[in-house]
Amino acid sequence: MVFGASSSSSKGMTSIDKRNDGNNNFVAERNLSALIVDDDLIVRRIHTTLLTKLGVKTQGVENGKKAVDLFQSGDFFDLVIMDMEMPVMDGPEATKQLRAMGIGSMIVGVTSRNLESEKQAFMGAGLNDCYVKPLTVDDMIAILNKLNNN
Amino acid sequence: MDRNNLQRQVAYTRRSLFDQGYLDDQFIQLEDLQDDANPNFVEEIVTLFYSDSSRLIHSIEQALENRPLDFGRLDNYMHQFKGSCSSIGAKKVKSECTQFREYCNAENAEGCTRTFQQVKQELAILRRKLEAYFQLARQAGGAQAG
Repeated sequence: MVFGASSSSSKGMTSIDKRNDGNNNFVAERNLSALIVDDDLIVRRIHTTLLTKLGVKTQGVENGKKAVDLFQSGDFFDLVIMDMEMPVMDGPEATKQLRAMGIGSMIVGVTSRNLESEKQAFMGAGLNDCYVKPLTVDDMIAILNKLNNN
Repeated sequence: MDRNNLQRQVAYTRRSLFDQGYLDDQFIQLEDLQDDANPNFVEEIVTLFYSDSSRLIHSIEQALENRPLDFGRLDNYMHQFKGSCSSIGAKKVKSECTQFREYCNAENAEGCTRTFQQVKQELAILRRKLEAYFQLARQAGGAQAG
């Protein structure tokens, strides 16, 4: 499966085409799964739809504790999109707990502020990468390509 | 009005929302996610945004009635609302949210109260414009690429 992000910033209503245009493509080498961890319903919906369109089986939870509970119950996800600020258990704490459990999934943090100090602190909890939310199509394809290559 | 004219009007209306600074590129990201499997995705997300907005605006209104003002709580609510604005590309509303948060940080009660009115005003304007745009798009049988 090959997915390419169309350059739509000036074109408006363009779908993500399933074509190989040679640029910024995501090739799904196997069935991938993702967990969206975010207390914001709008962001969960956007990220879930984006990943589903890119062929990734996706589930969403609203705080870090629910994410940790899922992994503890034996569920596994290749990719975790982890929001920083959440009630009950925030992103840094959930990330630390997942890494302490030995979870080697790719964990990508998302924050609503582009503050380098904040992103570095979140990275220190054990993230593979950190972005400003919401993620764009290009962001997601870059993440999935990195996941595929690991 | 025939379909071609309607579609031209949809494209023009859509373009003006960006040119006049009401929306930014994040709205285009939402449009890119709309397809046959999610034919009403943009409107669904915008509807979620309205629902989120109502809740947060109400919380801020109540918090602004307390004395002394809890600037930390006000900032927290507005941080959440600003996040929602970012998610749909509501550029002007987001800008007013940023201004409000600056007044919170400065513990300026009068600034907060005044800017909050601006936030509500910009939100109402955006809502009117988006509702008109979606209605026109429905009449034209789907929004046109700009």
